[in-house]
Amino acid sequence: MFPRPIQTASPGARALYRVALPVSLIIWLLPLLAIFLTSARTAQDLAQGNYWGWPHGTNLFGNYAAVFTSSPMGRYLLNSIEITLPAVAGTLVLSTLAGFGLAKFRFRASSFVLAIFIAGNFVPFQILMIPVRDLMIHVFPLYNTIWALIVFHSAFQTGFCTLFMRNFMREIPDSLLEAARMDGAGSFRIFWLIVLPLVRPALAALAVLEFTFIWNDYFWALVLVQSDSARPITAGLQALQGMWLASWQLMSAGAIVAATPSVVVFFLMQRHFISGLTLGSVKE
Amino acid sequence: MSASANRMRGGMAALPFIAPAALFFSVFVLWPIADSIWVSLHDWDGIHRMRWVGLGNYTELFGDDVFYTALVNNIWWLLSYMLAPVFGLAMALFLNQSIAGMRLYKSLFFFPFVISQVVVGLVFSWFFNGDFGLLNLGLHAIGLHGVSLLGNANWATPSVIVAGLWPQTAYCMILYLTGLTAVNGEIVEAARMDGARGWNMLWNIIIPQLRPATFIAVVVSVVGALRSFDLVSIMTKGGPYDSSAVLAYYMYEQTFLSFRYGYGAAIAVVLFAIMDIYIAIFLVIMLRQERR
Repeated sequence: MFPRPIQTASPGARALYRVALPVSLIIWLLPLLAIFLTSARTAQDLAQGNYWGWPHGTNLFGNYAAVFTSSPMGRYLLNSIEITLPAVAGTLVLSTLAGFGLAKFRFRASSFVLAIFIAGNFVPFQILMIPVRDLMIHVFPLYNTIWALIVFHSAFQTGFCTLFMRNFMREIPDSLLEAARMDGAGSFRIFWLIVLPLVRPALAALAVLEFTFIWNDYFWALVLVQSDSARPITAGLQALQGMWLASWQLMSAGAIVAATPSVVVFFLMQRHFISGLTLGSVKE
Repeated sequence: MSASANRMRGGMAALPFIAPAALFFSVFVLWPIADSIWVSLHDWDGIHRMRWVGLGNYTELFGDDVFYTALVNNIWWLLSYMLAPVFGLAMALFLNQSIAGMRLYKSLFFFPFVISQVVVGLVFSWFFNGDFGLLNLGLHAIGLHGVSLLGNANWATPSVIVAGLWPQTAYCMILYLTGLTAVNGEIVEAARMDGARGWNMLWNIIIPQLRPATFIAVVVSVVGALRSFDLVSIMTKGGPYDSSAVLAYYMYEQTFLSFRYGYGAAIAVVLFAIMDIYIAIFLVIMLRQERR
């Protein structure tokens, strides 16, 4: 293990480490702690310029309630959920099928197809922006509906997810599939009955990862929707910036509301999340 | 695992599995790339007919001061983002201990990466605020003058980059923490026997073993740097006076705020061309790994 386990260090060093750990965490998360504290302040506190001092009373519930009653934040939150869940499902379906096709069938173009999926996943969004927006306006009239975001995210995220699923499925022994084939099972039966149950951990990892990616998207929300009825919470929060110009307690509470779902998903599914992020980076 | 001999044969059998993803990907990713290149050769306001101008948008671009500002800023982003793997490694080494509660600490340190860049941007705008930001309060406390960093043409870009490095470092930290668990303990012990420690051990024994983590950390940092849009849009809108523009933001601004779709597309093509260098390197390395 590197560095040397702290248990083997001198008592002084051990004590220092125990102190350094929480102190560095507080410094690291200082901006977030500040915003959380602000979200609990009263408007008067802020009006008097008491931004960082000890609050003269708190209004935690009042501020969070005001976020939902005095702005379309509730609508945005709901939109985000209605966009994220189907988009995650869509990209998982597309990429699990494609991953299987690329991992377990041999054909000449398979490396090429995989390379296209990988490369496409890296392109800057701006090279897609104008045509995708036009497609959503003129070809599939989905512009300014949540479906524009669902369809686009499903399609785009398929690049990364296909690579992920394909790598995972390659580890499934071919003999397993061969045995099923001998018993007369077709490709779809093999996929459904053998492969799918085996890739559940990978699906879980991708689901949490994609949830945060899509939940946190801001650029496409800006490009593909513009009215409150379809706007997800990231773009909604930005739109409220103007309205809540001096109401920092509301802005902070709104930011916390926008951040909470992905944080919760991360904490609940941490193990999967990290195994998804680091896939391929540790084994060589 | 190498390609096995008894994998199922035939592209036709694979087709129904690959076709749906390929169709979606072609319509919403591949075709738009080609179409953007086409649009970049036209003068277009997004509504009326496109007018062919050939390379006109590009010649204009190469005489455009803001384009150069954005390009230089992108280079700054790229260079600065290489700090993320360095800081991430340092943090991972700091946190790579097994004591009670360590798992929770690691997750909390990872926090900045999980939240949206919109929130990160708001948090840091508040932190940097010239009137009451925490940073200025700190500067006052040690007797220095406060500055409005985001409103200052020299400081806007570095300030936004700092905000971006926060989640990016957290990301790299997790990659290295995972990498460290895979480091071969026997080699480390053997090196310790031979008297290797500290820097020497880190440089000669540990870092070489962390190469896969470093590779991914650099790749995601390069992509993150070149994709920088959210933070610029939230924190400065490219200002003051376009001083903090980056290609991704300038493209958006020209297209939707100035209604110059063709010009915007040309900026996107330049950004795409820069990104292609990295995509190509990544693909070559990945496919080479694959063959082993």
